[in-house]
Amino acid sequence: MNEISTASPPRDAGPAGSAAPGTTGAAGPRRFAVRTFALRALKPLAFAVSCLPLVKLASDAFTGGLGANPIAEGMNRLGFWTLTFLTLSLVPTPAKDLLGLSWPIRIRRMLGLFAFAYAATHFAWYLGVDKFFDLPEIAKDIAKRKFITVGFVALLVLVPLAVTSTDRAVRRMGFRRWKRLHRLAYAAALLGVVHFAWRVKADARKPAIFAAAVGLLLVARLAPAARRAIGRALGRTT
Amino acid sequence: MPRWRDDLPESEVTPERLYLRRREFLALGAAGAVGSLLPGARALAGPEGEPLAVASRSDRADGEKPTPWESITTYNNFYEFGTDKDDPARNAGSLRTRPWTVSIEGEVKKPQAVDIDALLKWFPLEERIYRMRCVEAWSMVIPWVGFPLGELVRRVEPTSRAKYVAFQTLLDPKQMPGQRRAVLEWPYVEGLRMDEAVHPLAMLAVGLYGRVLPNQDGAPIRLVVPWKYGFKGVKSIVRIRFVEQEPQTTWRRMAPNEYGFYANVNPAVDHPRWSQAKERRIGEFLRRPTLPFNGYGAEVAHLYAGLDPRKLY
Repeated sequence: MNEISTASPPRDAGPAGSAAPGTTGAAGPRRFAVRTFALRALKPLAFAVSCLPLVKLASDAFTGGLGANPIAEGMNRLGFWTLTFLTLSLVPTPAKDLLGLSWPIRIRRMLGLFAFAYAATHFAWYLGVDKFFDLPEIAKDIAKRKFITVGFVALLVLVPLAVTSTDRAVRRMGFRRWKRLHRLAYAAALLGVVHFAWRVKADARKPAIFAAAVGLLLVARLAPAARRAIGRALGRTT
Repeated sequence: MPRWRDDLPESEVTPERLYLRRREFLALGAAGAVGSLLPGARALAGPEGEPLAVASRSDRADGEKPTPWESITTYNNFYEFGTDKDDPARNAGSLRTRPWTVSIEGEVKKPQAVDIDALLKWFPLEERIYRMRCVEAWSMVIPWVGFPLGELVRRVEPTSRAKYVAFQTLLDPKQMPGQRRAVLEWPYVEGLRMDEAVHPLAMLAVGLYGRVLPNQDGAPIRLVVPWKYGFKGVKSIVRIRFVEQEPQTTWRRMAPNEYGFYANVNPAVDHPRWSQAKERRIGEFLRRPTLPFNGYGAEVAHLYAGLDPRKLY
């Protein structure tokens, strides 16, 4: 994960429980304990929070909170949360590279898996609730409607990523190959944004916000490489 | 550490007779989930607002039960108040429908600016239950109150040069917060060919469920053309202009490859981004087939004899 950090200054890139900068001195042990607890609570907390949109959807479905067209509302919400989690899953890497925050990396896999789970639920909702398994109609939709084609491809792109999300898969594939494969997350996010943008009738504000966020997060990934390139260039000239 | 320990207390174990009934719970849950997506999951809000004097009633939706008031008044496409379906119900309170003047102008012998309350006395009000098919493939059954547009047309006496009628919504970003963003080109404009405008089915609506039309549904006066997609039904009308040339219409200007002037409901012509073959009646689970001209073909199909049906979209 840290093949680039050898060239960069020793920021807070330590593994679990390692002392962060500033944890020395008298207050050290206590802060260390708090930090350990926070890190331990991080995953269960992230999991619970990530489930909330689904819980809200279920409770709204039972109480009439989805409005006059609950089927469309449910599908839109699931799509929204898919894109949100896809976007969030792109945050940890630049957060570490640019801000030196290492804890988001610990929930990166979970964010990605939630993106897949919401995408799969969104698609299942489309198949079983919206179209009620009208397979000829669904096949026509996927083939003929550009925005549905793109959304479907985005879902397909996420499948190998979900399948190879285990530690075992990383070991089996080797980190470099695994990492290369998982760059497909960028494609999935971009396709997801296009899917949304092509869906709206006139008001492109929400897709535009996602486009800006995903674009920014992808550009932010170039920062370490740019820094190295600048470093090399400066090294050569001085 | 062992991977598995038998430390589950007996109290946590599901009794076998409940375990054996697990599928019933699943089925119950599934039925509940589906049931909640259907009407009647909870009590819906009923009609409210000032009652109107309705002189006659007619059912033009083949006896189908009207869509609940709450659905008709909370699920709206009225971008002047926001682009989400529930935005108009939330934001349309800022619209002032009195005083309100409708300007009738162009190729007419009696051009005039008429106050809405005077206009309401021109003709007896009728209730008409119509199907309403949105271009987004959902539909409702709506008990409108209003009068035939043809009556108004005849009263103001169009000249022989009047071939079309153009309609315009109020333009006032103070009252219509959605107009502060250029989502569409404001004001909203729509139009009909003269023979469409005088067709007995075309109406100007001022009420819903026997009450004054709520703001989010296009108060104080809106167009209803039941054989066309809903976006033809221009809301909160301030100008009715009789013209010689086919007028520009808002959605066609926005996306000419997706929306035409006629916009007749046609299951055979898909919207470029979705099928129009079926529709979901609000409150129902399964989609139902869409009918040509929204089921009003027997009365209106002759208006389009000789026209390329693809143009009718």
